[in-house]
Amino acid sequence: MSTQDTEMQPGGTSRTFAWGPFLRANGGLVALAVILLFNILFTPNFLQMQTLFVNISQVATIAIVAMGMTLVIATGGIDLSVGAIMALAGALAPLIFLSEFGQTYPALGVTLAIVLPLFAALACGLFNGILVANLKVQPIIATLILFISGRGIAQVLTNGNLQTFSNPSFSYLGTGKVLGLPFQGWLALAIAGVLYLVVTKTTFGRYVLAIGGNERAAELSGGPVKRVKIGVYMICGALSGLAGLIVVAINSASDAARNGNLMELDAIAAAVVGGALLQGGRAPIFGAILGAVIIQLVKYTLLANGVEDEVALIAKALIILAAVYVQQARKE
Amino acid sequence: MAELLQMRDIDKAFAGVSALSGVSLEITPGEVHALIGQNGAGKSTLIKILTGVYRRDGGTVVFNGTESNISSPREAQDAGIATIYQELNLVPLRSVTENVMMGYEPKRLGVFVNWKEAHKRSREILARFGIDIDVRAPLGSYSTAIQQLVAIARAVSLNARLVIMDEPTSSLDASEVEVLFGVVKGLREAGVSVLYVSHFLDELFEICDRVTTMRDGRTVDCRQIAETSKLELIASMLGRDAADIAQAGMTEFGRDEISEAKGEILLQADGVSTGPRLNGFDMTLRRGEIVGLGGLLGAGRTEAARAIFGVDALTEGQITVKGSDTKLKTPAAAIAAGFGFLTEDRKAEGIIPDMSVRENLTLALLPRLRKGGQIDRAKEREIVEHYIKALGIKTANMEQPIRELSGGNQQKVLLARWLAIEPDVLILDEPTRGVDVGAKREIQAIIRDSVANGVGVVLISSEFEEIVEGADRIIVLNEGRIVTELTNPGITEEALVRALAHTEGQAA
Amino acid sequence: MLDANAFDLRQYLSRNPQSVAVWVALVALILFGLLRYDNFGSAYNITSLLNYNSMFIIISVGMCFVIMTGGIDLSVGSVAAFTSVIAAYLSPYGIEVALPGAILAGIGFGAINAFSIIVLRIPPFIATLATMLGAKGGALVISGAQTISVDWGSNFTKMGMEKAFNILPWSIVLVGFVVIMLWFVLEKTTLGRTVLAIGGGPDASVLMGLKVNRATAFVYLLSGACAGLAGAILASGFGAGQPLEGIGWELSAIASVVVGGTLLTGGLGSVTATVAGALLLGLVFNILNFENGRGTISFSAYWQMVIRGVFLFAVILFQARVTAGRSARIKATS
Repeated sequence: MSTQDTEMQPGGTSRTFAWGPFLRANGGLVALAVILLFNILFTPNFLQMQTLFVNISQVATIAIVAMGMTLVIATGGIDLSVGAIMALAGALAPLIFLSEFGQTYPALGVTLAIVLPLFAALACGLFNGILVANLKVQPIIATLILFISGRGIAQVLTNGNLQTFSNPSFSYLGTGKVLGLPFQGWLALAIAGVLYLVVTKTTFGRYVLAIGGNERAAELSGGPVKRVKIGVYMICGALSGLAGLIVVAINSASDAARNGNLMELDAIAAAVVGGALLQGGRAPIFGAILGAVIIQLVKYTLLANGVEDEVALIAKALIILAAVYVQQARKE
Repeated sequence: MAELLQMRDIDKAFAGVSALSGVSLEITPGEVHALIGQNGAGKSTLIKILTGVYRRDGGTVVFNGTESNISSPREAQDAGIATIYQELNLVPLRSVTENVMMGYEPKRLGVFVNWKEAHKRSREILARFGIDIDVRAPLGSYSTAIQQLVAIARAVSLNARLVIMDEPTSSLDASEVEVLFGVVKGLREAGVSVLYVSHFLDELFEICDRVTTMRDGRTVDCRQIAETSKLELIASMLGRDAADIAQAGMTEFGRDEISEAKGEILLQADGVSTGPRLNGFDMTLRRGEIVGLGGLLGAGRTEAARAIFGVDALTEGQITVKGSDTKLKTPAAAIAAGFGFLTEDRKAEGIIPDMSVRENLTLALLPRLRKGGQIDRAKEREIVEHYIKALGIKTANMEQPIRELSGGNQQKVLLARWLAIEPDVLILDEPTRGVDVGAKREIQAIIRDSVANGVGVVLISSEFEEIVEGADRIIVLNEGRIVTELTNPGITEEALVRALAHTEGQAA
Repeated sequence: MLDANAFDLRQYLSRNPQSVAVWVALVALILFGLLRYDNFGSAYNITSLLNYNSMFIIISVGMCFVIMTGGIDLSVGSVAAFTSVIAAYLSPYGIEVALPGAILAGIGFGAINAFSIIVLRIPPFIATLATMLGAKGGALVISGAQTISVDWGSNFTKMGMEKAFNILPWSIVLVGFVVIMLWFVLEKTTLGRTVLAIGGGPDASVLMGLKVNRATAFVYLLSGACAGLAGAILASGFGAGQPLEGIGWELSAIASVVVGGTLLTGGLGSVTATVAGALLLGLVFNILNFENGRGTISFSAYWQMVIRGVFLFAVILFQARVTAGRSARIKATS
């Protein structure tokens, strides 16, 4: 492999610095730097507050879901239902604060409109988790059930209608600012901080990695395998629900058909670009954010430079392949 | 006589680390040639070069009179080299016929598999081994021993000039070993050569002609088996003087004076059954004693261990822990009750390969390291440091991934995983399997020391000298039932073999 | 001992418990439909059911081969969308060009998958996910994100709209032929056995000297070809290349394969049961339509997805019980 690697490096002529290992270890950051540099040089109006703002508010939802996905992938699983859960949670919220009860008690209504959908999302995660952990259904199949029917439930609830609303306190989730930056960006960072501590400092985190590394060994060593697995699917479900609420808040409208559509792909892509291994055993939480940022920035770069949306899909495909290929090379 | 196989000056390195250097091996036609060496001596690498799995870095291979450059297992098979690998390389979900005939199916019109003919042929091939089974059933529905024989049958059926057997008897019982030896002798008479790799030195004297010893990636000598002894072979593998070993005894247990008075009863099993493979199992384990479980493969030893540790649910009977009738339904519950279980399958059930030595070592201890929802890092490091030193674990540092350690050191880490929970009961299933002779002795010493500190040990080992010298009592099992119990002092290998042979006689 | 060649139903059932569920459910649903609805057994209903589902059947069978090796192909839906556009562009040259053209385009994507998986050693899930995005982007680029109308003057639309010998639509005949061929490949050829062996034991297959890479490449090329064929049928049946179609097809196909009892981990699988699985999922829709037609209850289109999910859930529950018993048996004896 080593000969191939050196051929791959554009700067492979340097004798004083080992580019190969450096790139493999920090591929994501290097890619981010390259994209940023490109944008600063070529994209009109890139260095403006507005650009930053738009990108952060876009990337936050992907990042939040990708972090949940990273935990699931770390146990060797996968969650295809994240987009459907977003739609479900997103459909529930306006139903609650637009209801008669919600109109009569606005504060309570908004609180419930955030809490209850999150509970519903947790329940979806619980459902996935029980299928995977207790019934031993392969994760891709187990989560396929909610992938297929979850969005259907959301559409049944709303009768397929677009729900528009004007509710500033709820919309703060998607449009609020803290220190001049979008609220959901801070939220994503806070979640990342908490999850990072969970992964590195707690027994739960250690068990997550152990299960992904060798499930039978973890179980024979007394690890609560079922509970931990159910736990990661619930976390992933809850984070997806939260992302669904944010999308609804950004748009001041809930569209069950579109909310979170194809999010499972973006989330998996971000997790993988961020360094998660599909077979499990690794949970790079900040990597997931990095992955989400890279994917968002590439999309933005292409759009801002007049490249069609469709081509952006192909670019995304190439990024994913490159990220995994580099990972693969690092392992061998 | 012209050599069938000549390997000369074979070199092989992985990522710059030399695995083989200047290795030579010669096999004559119709010879059964043994290849021995400690783990990591390079036997498997040499075989994989011969069979085209790896590519050699240097040296020459002459097979059947022509210089050979085999680059894939398929080419090796077609050239007449058939291999039975140590870890069964079959497809359990597919039928027996498919496994026997895979890649060589009889065909109609050159395209379509003739299943009728295929089933017939695989029945014929297996019949030569005295196996009469439904060849259409999935291979996985048969015992490991049958699967092993199917693998051998497949290899032999390929009209090979050279059959390589890598630890073929490790999962066979005595009568199946006899069948295998019959096959090997038949091959020799037919002029086929056999390269026979085994840890069980006694076997070599029964069927081999010559033996080549490897050590540290080199071939150190090649002798006629008739002109050597077991002790000499061990000495040659270890690179030590034969006389030293004779004095030191075979194991490190050294428990000559076994004290009469034992401590409290830690564990009592009464009439425990978990299915057809464990039926009415009774045992008592006291503080500071080693109870050995004797028996052949499939006798129910591992099943007994799994029942005690709460892995398999009991269908009958009960287990009493320190006088109270406790239900240990999960490994977690068993661990909380002070049990540890070193599994026989280090790779599949023991190590978490990508995790560090530290994380592997404290895996069972995690619930006790929890401090306010977090892992107490300082305490963790302290414990890990202690055990690395106490057990002499050779690792660069505690953050090194466990997969980079040798088999013996991995096993020590796993042992430390259980010692760290300060267990009352340690269940050790083949604690020295697949580790080299040096590490074996160190592990035996560790077990001896923890028993001296009051731990009760349930010891399962296929190496008879281990339980004969180590155990206070041996419970002998056959087909899931207890047949007899032997008590030390006074147990000899002969006595144990007789006990097993007796059960065989009864069963037949 | 029984005659080894006689077909023993009991033995078949005991060895393929996970395939039993799909046949039982299929027969039950058909009986239910026949008894409850007058027109359920009508030629029109059967033809339209088969016609609509022929694309899913062919994609599912291709997916089945991939899954039997322990892999997965997420790109089939996008590839079908892409090839439907290709077929539409080629339709003026007639079916002789448009059909092979679409299939070749599908094989091209299959080749990309095979290359990423075998040469670059990228896990199938990721490799085909990337191809999915790439094919989708490609379909939108070449079509300008518009549906591309086929040439109605050529014979291309016959495939999806006219009947062979006035009995069955050509598309069904074509798919039926391919399915039978693939059944032969799986059951009767070395290649088919190799496919199963790879899934059952990848390392073992290499050491047995099987041509693992060749068989792996074959399944991805095959899956691509099947998606290409489905794309051609799509364009022919709807009279247009549909760059936006195919979303979620891969998951429907996976569902059909799983409902048919093929193990996702590979090593076990059946072409016939996969077809049954695809038909079963199609029948659920069909029966819902009849139920709506009777007016006793009214399910909106949204309910169909929910009910489909519930159905998948039920089959999975059943299989989880059957296979749990089975794997416990295999484990206990090994």
